[in-house]
Amino acid sequence: MTTLQINGKAVQVQAEPETPLLWLLRGELQLTGTKFGCGMALCGACTVHVDGQPVRGCVTPISAVGDKAVTTIEGLQGKEAAAVHAAWLQLDVVQCGYCQSGQIMAAVALLRAKPKPSDADIDQALAGNLCRCGTYPRIRAAIHHAASTLAA
Amino acid sequence: MATGAGVYAAGMKKRHFILGGLGAAGALVVGWGLLPPRQRLTTAKPLATAPGQAALNGWVTIARDDSVRVVMPKSEMGQGTHTGLAMVLADELDADWASVRIAAAPIDKIYNNLASVVDSLPFHPDNDGAFKQLAAWMTAKSMREIGVMMTGGSSSIKDLWLPMRQAGASARAMLVGAAAQAWGVPAAEITVAAGVLSHPSGKRARFGELAEAAGRQPVPAEVVLKTPAQFTLIGKPLPRIEVAAKITGRAGFGLDVLQPGQLYATVAMCPVLGGKVQAFDGTAALKLPGVKQVLAVAGYHGGTAGVAVIADTPWHALQAIKRVTVTWDENVPAANFSSAAAMDQLANALDGETGFAYFKTGDVEAALKGAAKTITAEYRAPYLAHATMEPQNCTVQFKDGRATVWAPTQAPSLAQRAAALALGIDADQVEVNVTLLGGGFGRRLDVDFVGQAAAIAKAAGGLPVQTFWTREQDTQHDFYRPAAVSRFSAGFDAQGALVGWRNVSAGQAIVPQVLGRIFGLPAAGPDKTASEGAFDQPYEWPAARIAHEIIQLPVPVGFWRSVGHSHQAFFKESFVDEAAHAAGQDPVAFRAALLKKHPRHLKVLQRAAELAGWGTPSAPVPDGAKTARGVALHQSFGSIVAQVAEVSVAADKTVRVHRVVCVIDCGTAVNPNLIRQQMDSAIVFGLGAALSGRIDIEKGRVQQSNFHDVTMLRIDACPLISTEIIASSAAPEGVGEPGTPPIAPAVANALFALTGQRLRTLPLKLA
Repeated sequence: MTTLQINGKAVQVQAEPETPLLWLLRGELQLTGTKFGCGMALCGACTVHVDGQPVRGCVTPISAVGDKAVTTIEGLQGKEAAAVHAAWLQLDVVQCGYCQSGQIMAAVALLRAKPKPSDADIDQALAGNLCRCGTYPRIRAAIHHAASTLAA
Repeated sequence: MATGAGVYAAGMKKRHFILGGLGAAGALVVGWGLLPPRQRLTTAKPLATAPGQAALNGWVTIARDDSVRVVMPKSEMGQGTHTGLAMVLADELDADWASVRIAAAPIDKIYNNLASVVDSLPFHPDNDGAFKQLAAWMTAKSMREIGVMMTGGSSSIKDLWLPMRQAGASARAMLVGAAAQAWGVPAAEITVAAGVLSHPSGKRARFGELAEAAGRQPVPAEVVLKTPAQFTLIGKPLPRIEVAAKITGRAGFGLDVLQPGQLYATVAMCPVLGGKVQAFDGTAALKLPGVKQVLAVAGYHGGTAGVAVIADTPWHALQAIKRVTVTWDENVPAANFSSAAAMDQLANALDGETGFAYFKTGDVEAALKGAAKTITAEYRAPYLAHATMEPQNCTVQFKDGRATVWAPTQAPSLAQRAAALALGIDADQVEVNVTLLGGGFGRRLDVDFVGQAAAIAKAAGGLPVQTFWTREQDTQHDFYRPAAVSRFSAGFDAQGALVGWRNVSAGQAIVPQVLGRIFGLPAAGPDKTASEGAFDQPYEWPAARIAHEIIQLPVPVGFWRSVGHSHQAFFKESFVDEAAHAAGQDPVAFRAALLKKHPRHLKVLQRAAELAGWGTPSAPVPDGAKTARGVALHQSFGSIVAQVAEVSVAADKTVRVHRVVCVIDCGTAVNPNLIRQQMDSAIVFGLGAALSGRIDIEKGRVQQSNFHDVTMLRIDACPLISTEIIASSAAPEGVGEPGTPPIAPAVANALFALTGQRLRTLPLKLA
């Protein structure tokens, strides 16, 4: 048994220590908002926050997480999260939606680190998050929009 | 926030379909009975509604809480069709948009896709029916079969534009009838707006209050549909109905299905396409934690055979599959196949074959012979994978002779059939639940993964099993966009005017393969999808012959967003550009001269040129690199799209696309917001493929595997995209695919303008 801090709660899990966080979340914990896309940290669909930092759940074993705070799309809170959600709604960013949990986790982490990101900051922070539907233009606009509402 | 969340929720349980069996009527001016072939409002099997809920016809139910549920046979894969179609029905119903929800349709013939049948006929859009003999082709025959509950071919709005409107208007008339009866007033005095019925006397009722009484009203024999000026929702840029579920992680894709007791299976298929399992040893895998079973699984519907591991968690399945040792039987036709050699084989075929002519006008041989100047060129395009973000998956429970399937599929009735065949039961013993799709792009028209998942679930003793593929399996066991080679000649007179256009392309045909793998039908003959985008375009050629030669190769090929148009547009619009330069003319002016009788196309082209600043110098980018523009015009799925791309080349020769101006005429724009999204989407999809997309096959083995070598456009390479939609009251046409074909040639033409290099092979690489 391992105890993890998931979305603000201590959770006891059965999974072996080498189990990637993604598969713990999607399997045993039934938190399916975090997505499987590649299994090699190449697409960003599995992005979660560990102590506030965006990490790829598919290559992060739970043994490396320890008692650090894990936040998934289901537990995302705070003013940056609210601003990102509002901007995503207002600009109607999503299409198929499969990659969007990861995009939103990456966007929130970016805004926490850089409240007023430049286009280059957005490129750098989100280039690891693939979207096959081409929501990139709206993601970029929504991050700028969220930044402006946070600054207001 | 909760709008539409119900049907989209993750871990969905067996859903309660809410569909009535009432016959309904209604057409623009004639009674329903006059339109027998399109009797699309009556389901064969009436289904019960929930308490307090009334089915007004096969497309809409209304509940006491005022919620309006639009019964939805189309799959939502990002294209926004759930929102667009619900708007179409809700507008005629005069519903309150905030109360509109989506309910999944069961499998029934009224939901069959008819628009795709019409689109599959190999007629030039200008042809008024003279090619009638061609209608008997296998192409059309197959598409009639595939037309059974299918989301594809950019056809959803086109297919249901009238049925959804008729259903909404008919339901509205029944609500009005119920109010008239309850209030003792003439129906004509009742007005309806935003889900409320009112009478000048002050009487007022919400839809929910009258829904059950409306359900007992006779179905009107005819209804009058709104004029465009009366639309209240159609034409508005409304946000998509399921957006809230998709930004909170609650949206339910195929991989998010969670049934009680669910097990997980993953597969390793033979690396050689079409190969089989000779023997396997699952001993080591079975010793790992959570592993329940290791089994061989055949290839279904064009898929490749392999082995599967069933385990308690997805991770346990992924660990165990690596420990299964397999001896493959690679004695299959693909084992000797190499895609590099195949490109030459296709090109060589063009030396000896003239192909099947899909379009002919004038005497092109004489025109080319008498020309003062001729140019020729050969173009090539590789195989491509779909690479949906959500890997292929399907959940099946087989218990007591009945099966329940949860699938992210574009073709629920084919999925039903595939599961039934794999399980050896009748199709009516299979219930199919369509989840949200994490991308489709045509991949999920195939049902290989459904048959496979059913076969695996059959071994699980009644427990539900979710079979999921890794990215590597998904990449290496796709139905690929066919590779193609195309050869052109154009002739000009002494004044530089075009006198002849000859084109023949070669590649695999998709539809005959689909017929074989889905229905087991032998098929041959011309395939419209092979030549579409080459022969069916608006240019007024003085003399032309446009043909395609089908070459059989042992590679599974399928429908990839925009299908034949995806490569034919690159070939055709690039060579049009070559012809313009050879004639010493501006590429926009050269095209315009070939569109004298096509005012809609001309307008789209000229508007794109104007918005892009065509003819004015383009500014260098901040790093000092020069930029240049290229244009392309293409018609597909009924819509006309022109794009102007502005490009530069980095010091390391990386092609950079900075800006794309896109203009579309898609007839009535049901939801401009979603149309703009689809232009972004189609351009990014096509641009990623144009710049780096390729699938290489060596000895039957796909060489690429994951996103390190299946490279696609990322945000840092995404251009600014601006889309203008031409105002139109014509019937709505396709939107999901038509934005993809023009982008590759627009970029290639811009690169020629910038560098003088004419790139004739995809993906685009500068020397």
